[in-house]
Amino acid sequence: MSLKSKLHELKLKYQGNKMAPAFNAFHTFLFSPDETTHPGGTHVKAADDLKRTMNTVIMALVPVLLFSMFNAGYQHYSAINGFPVDFSVMRDFLTWDNFWIGIIKVLPLVVVSYGVGLLVEFIFAVIKGHEVEEGYLVTGMLVPLIVPIDTPLWMLSVAVIFGVVIGKEVFGGTGMNILNPALTIRAFLFFAYPTWMSGDKVWVYGARERAEQILAGTTNADAISGETILGYLAQNKGAEMSYSVSDMFFGFIPGSVGETSAFLILLGGLFLIFTKIASWRIMVSAVLGSLVMGLIFNQIVDFGWIGESSKFYGLMSFDFWKHLIVGGLAFGIVYMATDPVTGSQTNKGKWYYGFFIGFISVMIRVFNPAYPEGVFLAILLMNVFAPTIDHYVIRGNIKRRMKRLKNATIYPKDSEGKAEELKAETV
Amino acid sequence: MSKDIRIKKGLNINLMGAAEQATSKAVLSNIYAIQLSDFHGITPKMLVKQGAEVKAGEPLFYDKNMADMLFVSPVSGELVEIERGERRRILNLKILADKTQESFVNPTLDVEKASKGELKASLLKGGCWPFIKQRPYDIVANPDTTPKSIFISGYASAPLQANVDYVLQGKEKEIQAAITALGKLTPGKVHVSVGSSGDSPFSSLKGVELHKVSGPHPAGLVGTQINKLDPINKGELVWTVSPQDLVVIGEYLLTGKYNAERLIALVGSSVKSPKYYATKIGAEISTFLYASGVNEENFRVINGDVLTGSKSKPEGYLGYYNNTVTVIPEGDDYELFGWNKPVFDKISATRALTFSWLQPNKKYDLDTNTNGEHRAFVVTGQYEQVFPMDIFPMQLLKACMVKDLDEMEQLGLYEVAPEDFSLTEFICISKQPHQKIIREGLDLLQQEIG
Repeated sequence: MSLKSKLHELKLKYQGNKMAPAFNAFHTFLFSPDETTHPGGTHVKAADDLKRTMNTVIMALVPVLLFSMFNAGYQHYSAINGFPVDFSVMRDFLTWDNFWIGIIKVLPLVVVSYGVGLLVEFIFAVIKGHEVEEGYLVTGMLVPLIVPIDTPLWMLSVAVIFGVVIGKEVFGGTGMNILNPALTIRAFLFFAYPTWMSGDKVWVYGARERAEQILAGTTNADAISGETILGYLAQNKGAEMSYSVSDMFFGFIPGSVGETSAFLILLGGLFLIFTKIASWRIMVSAVLGSLVMGLIFNQIVDFGWIGESSKFYGLMSFDFWKHLIVGGLAFGIVYMATDPVTGSQTNKGKWYYGFFIGFISVMIRVFNPAYPEGVFLAILLMNVFAPTIDHYVIRGNIKRRMKRLKNATIYPKDSEGKAEELKAETV
Repeated sequence: MSKDIRIKKGLNINLMGAAEQATSKAVLSNIYAIQLSDFHGITPKMLVKQGAEVKAGEPLFYDKNMADMLFVSPVSGELVEIERGERRRILNLKILADKTQESFVNPTLDVEKASKGELKASLLKGGCWPFIKQRPYDIVANPDTTPKSIFISGYASAPLQANVDYVLQGKEKEIQAAITALGKLTPGKVHVSVGSSGDSPFSSLKGVELHKVSGPHPAGLVGTQINKLDPINKGELVWTVSPQDLVVIGEYLLTGKYNAERLIALVGSSVKSPKYYATKIGAEISTFLYASGVNEENFRVINGDVLTGSKSKPEGYLGYYNNTVTVIPEGDDYELFGWNKPVFDKISATRALTFSWLQPNKKYDLDTNTNGEHRAFVVTGQYEQVFPMDIFPMQLLKACMVKDLDEMEQLGLYEVAPEDFSLTEFICISKQPHQKIIREGLDLLQQEIG
């Protein structure tokens, strides 16, 4: 008996059982279902389903994940041994040593994120008796890519449980949530464990451990410094940075696990636009929004309204377009802002929604003294405003319809017409 | 002034099994059936008893709410069965046809001179009224009302639909009579849309506003044309008639006889030799289905096209409004990793490892598989790509689902029929039943507002 017919028998056996959603989740993962179209609807359906859609986003994330695994090692060894002179990608970056650090540090984050998140999803599906929906397939991949590399796994688990339950399931599951679940998880981590989420000791593997050792006096080695470019600028140190523009663009810089390579994120974004899975409107307008805000800050510096002594000088004088290639802005724009559930749902609304995400991201970056990164806060804020934006866009459509209504040509019913004629005669 | 309609948003679903332009005469059917599911919102009151002999065109029942509106038998014969469902609701009326057909003859009118009232009375009496449908609500028109305009789409863009120009060949006289009569029922215009190429029998008609439509499906749907030419506002009425039904109306007006004959296209990838058949409304589908032959054992017979038709079976009967019968394979089988492997043999509106965008003219053999499970609405901006009306499709669907009457009205539910949402249903990633949602929304709105 083939696997197909065995599974079919099992499916019939589980039908109506409490565990049916859990079984079906695995079954439909292997085989797309034998369900046929219902009478009264369309008899044929297009090839895409939600699994395929989510899978496409994951495909766009895989290069980023692989890069981040190498970069984890690269940043670690560079922080200890110093950055290599005349850097070569093959010799210094794509090495087994670097990848090994990725395997022991990044992969566990992915495994824990998926394991805990899907467990919560399965429990809810079984309790509520609905199918396991695919939303977490993407969330589970995003989460490990937007946290600092040294995030303890228990912390991640707590945050994932919080994010999935409070961010999504209480609203009714995939498709019903107001806030992006991955960013809810990130925000939970940020506010619950701030010392693990910011500063200059969390972005490179080993930095925190070394700092603790130094504090305890158990080592004589130098501290590992692993601050992000934004963190460096926020402190207004003024001196030249050691990273070149190409380092920033290709991503050989410290930062959250997967946010660093603007190049691969750009490719992922183009792939998502080409496959028509993510909204190009949001991506383009968010880029525009961040450029506009960056330009405004640059102008303020150019006009001399703000001096080098100002604490905002470092980030305000940062070239406006460079905001896109450092920090999490590019990652947020491509993979998080385009979440169709929490984003604006009308095409026109998407322009406003995206623009403000870019605009506010750069604004928070510059003005937030504690944490020089704003994209996740900006997206969460705009998630809240997205329904309002849509409301006004839809009002516009309704107004057009109401305007037309004034010229409506409505004829009385024949029976009513006769009644009027009769009336006229009697008068 | 006539206005051309050019649609950009939409999707042509190219399927295998288009009908060859050749007509065969179908074997005479023993039983003809009137299926009440074809008349949404009609409550039948029987005029004849089971076992009664009727002539073709003789009334079988009337509508409880509009007692003037008669529904007639397509053939002469014996009413052998009144099939009933739950709570004795009538489902089908089956008539065993006589060997020699007799027609019930009504007095004829001079269409040019007849008044509006006379025409209405004649059409109601002759059983031709149910061919006239109204929007909003997509139901049989209420004869007590006057529409602001009447729309006829002479252009078929739905997948594998019968070619209007072909089935109407040589029927110009009947069509003209019907158009003249319809023109008297409205103070407004009679809008007729034809494809931009080809010789339509409509192009030489008098008393119509002729429009040329071009673009992908749903350019041929009458709802799209109404929306582009003269959208419906709250309180307004628009009537629609499908082109083949004009022939029945016209012939009735000219001769006084109800002639249920029509050309239907038997299409679909499961049909061995898809072509046209001359048959009658209500005929058994098997009378022409097996003449063309079917390719497989596990197939689905659809009364209508693949997007809007209703599921039937070989023993089923030709629907009242249909001119297409589609037969496609059932897709009740699993597919290993169907959700992530590259797809070359199915149509898709995205490019997520689906490759139908590479060959826009390739013909596909689609089956009835849903290609995925039902989910909540997740993806946005997708329906808008195939929905040419100035309406927010997903927002309207959601308003119908939560039964928000104000929103339903404001977002344009008056302007649409379920069929307008067939293409969004086809591409829906969440596999939501759009047409059902809209139908239920329309029913609710009609019930609450009237």
